[in-house]
Amino acid sequence: MSCCAPGAELDFQEAGPSAEEIGLASRPAGDGLRRTDLSVPDMHCGACLQKVEAALGRLEGVAEARANLSTRRVSILWRGDAPPPMLPALNTIGYSAHLYDTSGNHEDLALSKLLRALAVAGFAASNIMLLSVSVWSGAEAATRDLFHWISAAIALPALAYSGQVFFRSAWRALRHGQTNMDVPISIGVLLAFGMSLYETIGHGPHAYFDAAVSLLFFLLIGRTLDHFMRERARQAVSGLARLSARGAMAIRPDGAQIYLPVDEIEPGMTILLATGERAPVDGHVIKGRSELDRSLVSGESAPQQAAEGTELQAGILNLTGPLTMVATAAAKNSFLAEMIGMMEAAEAGRARYRRVADRASRLYAPVVHATAFLTFVGWMIASGDAHRAITIAIAVLIVTCPCALGLAVPMVHVVAVRRLFELGIMARDGGALERLANIDTVIFDKTGTLTAGNPRLSTGGGASSEALALASAIARHSRHPYSLALAALGDGRPPMALDEVSEHPGAGLEARKGSAIYRLGRPDWAATGGGAPPDAAVVLSKDRQCIAAFHLADRLRSGAREAITELRASRLRLEILSGDNRTRGGDVASELGLPFSAGARPSDKVTHIKALQQAGHRVLMVGDGLNDAPALGAADVSMAPGSAADIGRNAADLVFLRDSLLAVPQAAAIAREAASLVRQNFGLAIVYNLVAIAVAVFGLVTPLVAAAAMSLSSIIVVANALRLGSRGPAGAPEPFPAGFIHPSPAGAAE
Amino acid sequence: MIDFFFLIPIAIGLGLVGLASFMWTLKNGQYDDLQGAAERILFEGEAGPLPEKRYPGSARPPNDTPWTRTGQPEGRSNTLN
Repeated sequence: MSCCAPGAELDFQEAGPSAEEIGLASRPAGDGLRRTDLSVPDMHCGACLQKVEAALGRLEGVAEARANLSTRRVSILWRGDAPPPMLPALNTIGYSAHLYDTSGNHEDLALSKLLRALAVAGFAASNIMLLSVSVWSGAEAATRDLFHWISAAIALPALAYSGQVFFRSAWRALRHGQTNMDVPISIGVLLAFGMSLYETIGHGPHAYFDAAVSLLFFLLIGRTLDHFMRERARQAVSGLARLSARGAMAIRPDGAQIYLPVDEIEPGMTILLATGERAPVDGHVIKGRSELDRSLVSGESAPQQAAEGTELQAGILNLTGPLTMVATAAAKNSFLAEMIGMMEAAEAGRARYRRVADRASRLYAPVVHATAFLTFVGWMIASGDAHRAITIAIAVLIVTCPCALGLAVPMVHVVAVRRLFELGIMARDGGALERLANIDTVIFDKTGTLTAGNPRLSTGGGASSEALALASAIARHSRHPYSLALAALGDGRPPMALDEVSEHPGAGLEARKGSAIYRLGRPDWAATGGGAPPDAAVVLSKDRQCIAAFHLADRLRSGAREAITELRASRLRLEILSGDNRTRGGDVASELGLPFSAGARPSDKVTHIKALQQAGHRVLMVGDGLNDAPALGAADVSMAPGSAADIGRNAADLVFLRDSLLAVPQAAAIAREAASLVRQNFGLAIVYNLVAIAVAVFGLVTPLVAAAAMSLSSIIVVANALRLGSRGPAGAPEPFPAGFIHPSPAGAAE
Repeated sequence: MIDFFFLIPIAIGLGLVGLASFMWTLKNGQYDDLQGAAERILFEGEAGPLPEKRYPGSARPPNDTPWTRTGQPEGRSNTLN
């Protein structure tokens, strides 16, 4: 199922979106032009960029093609009645491309907002720091007051602009009766500014404008980096090909064909489903014979026959022949919508996870604020000087300001998300990493997750090499997935001459060689003379007598074995939860030595996960199909391969784009390392704060001390975060006894 | 003291110029494709590092008219203007 793996499905899907679909996805760009965005994942270098732009620019009707190398996308402006043949043009120069959905690009705005806030804070911090250094180095009286006033004039607009990021979030939390890290940050910054302004008015010697603004600057750096890394991961995921249909070719009662978007398809409409297309809504077949790939919908890996009357669920892929279907449900009532509904229900039911930083701030804020208050009371009793007591109390707040705490978590997550990105694993947010570090159970879907999407035929060792060569020669004449798999068997052998080959749709291939009639296909059609084993998927027969039988075998995804071994080594409970039938699920399970449950419906998967969670387990769900989406939503944390169904990909916390299943243990290892670094960072921040509070409580803090202490603590925390991944490659296989990986008896789940 | 009246406005003014130019480059879409811009500088030909004016980087078109059902863009007559 992966777009990188060579396989049967790739050939079928290469037909790509129709002109109507491209038209539907395009947007007007003014001046009679329309704009289409394509994702071109293979565009790697400047030469690629030039080739892509040139190839598209040559097409008639294209006004401009502009490629973006960072996001691997091309924007094409075109005019005319029909979209230019953009995808074929790219395919001929060797680039695969697909439509990019531009609907979800509000995030770019958030990033540029953060960058603007960062720039303002940086400007203000550097200028105020220049003035403050002059004050620290001995500016007196009128000069000092002037510098303080100028600092205040710079700090006020900077806080009003850049501080909004924190103030808004703090206010949102407070309004809901909660607290987060932004609450103490906002209080600290505002108090520091207020007190400094008061000092400035009263010609006081100490103003903390620099502390207030540089705190914002440091925290904004962390925030922006965090956002940038997540945005990059999100874009990489949204650049993947969409697997659900955008629309379908409907036949009107008068016989005219029109292309309708999915939302406008109503029950009762007749729809043409070409080979390589996915059913847009639920329905049933009224004409045509074909085979269906249900792997994304139900987890069944073997293609299934379709004829008149076969029920189709939205998302099923039509493999071999054109079908005419009648819609029985609108898109909002179809299988896909049902899955989305179940997924949302499952997500709502999952206990809201409190992020580590928020939990820390719940402890931090009361402690620091109580300390500041006690300091004030203490100095009031000791000296009776209200001004002095307030000044020292606020100094306590400023010096303990959660700079280190505010950076402790995001910096680790930025580094971890970046490491994951390099491994082809896209993490949606830092919270997912924290949850991933805590898991004790991993549940795998089978089809498309543990196994590569396309099934493989195996002979079971019973066929002669002559028969294999013959089967492969016959199979070359068909595009059926089984045929493609069989044809690959004969690679490297001399081709065998056949006299005549004909294809019987839904049954198989018939070939004549001399006087012998060979048939390759379904057992009940090819081997009517008997001799076919009962569980064979395809047989080769000579004059109706079976001479070779082929079984369907799932092929394990690359790295599956190693991944399972590594996950076991880190003492995680593993199991398989598959929608496929018992035999094939059992084969894979015994091969990997995992317990499994077969025939699980989407709701069964959710129930199973809920039961595990009630028993106190924290579950990672790895799955790819539509039928896994509710389970992905229900699990504590979820991963999906890049080849997963759209909603699965969007529901998953992490998406791995490379083929290998090793991504799962790698992600888990990085998450665990990140969690331990976060704990260390908190430890460092606490030690720093203890020292700082002690100094501040005794009234020894000056703005210079505050600035130095704050910078030092931030640098230590950031440097510690950068250690992530420096202890060698994460998730490298560790040696352990071979006996450990021997399969245990399978089929004992539930 | 009189020096401050020149030097401080100059210092802050220079900072403001830097800030303003950063804001302008950000708005102008100069950070949209850093990797691509680094490559484009080596290309021959007329094309500059930034898209032309009539093609705004990330700006959305004013109105999203949908693709019509018959497979032709709406307002077909005025596409030729």
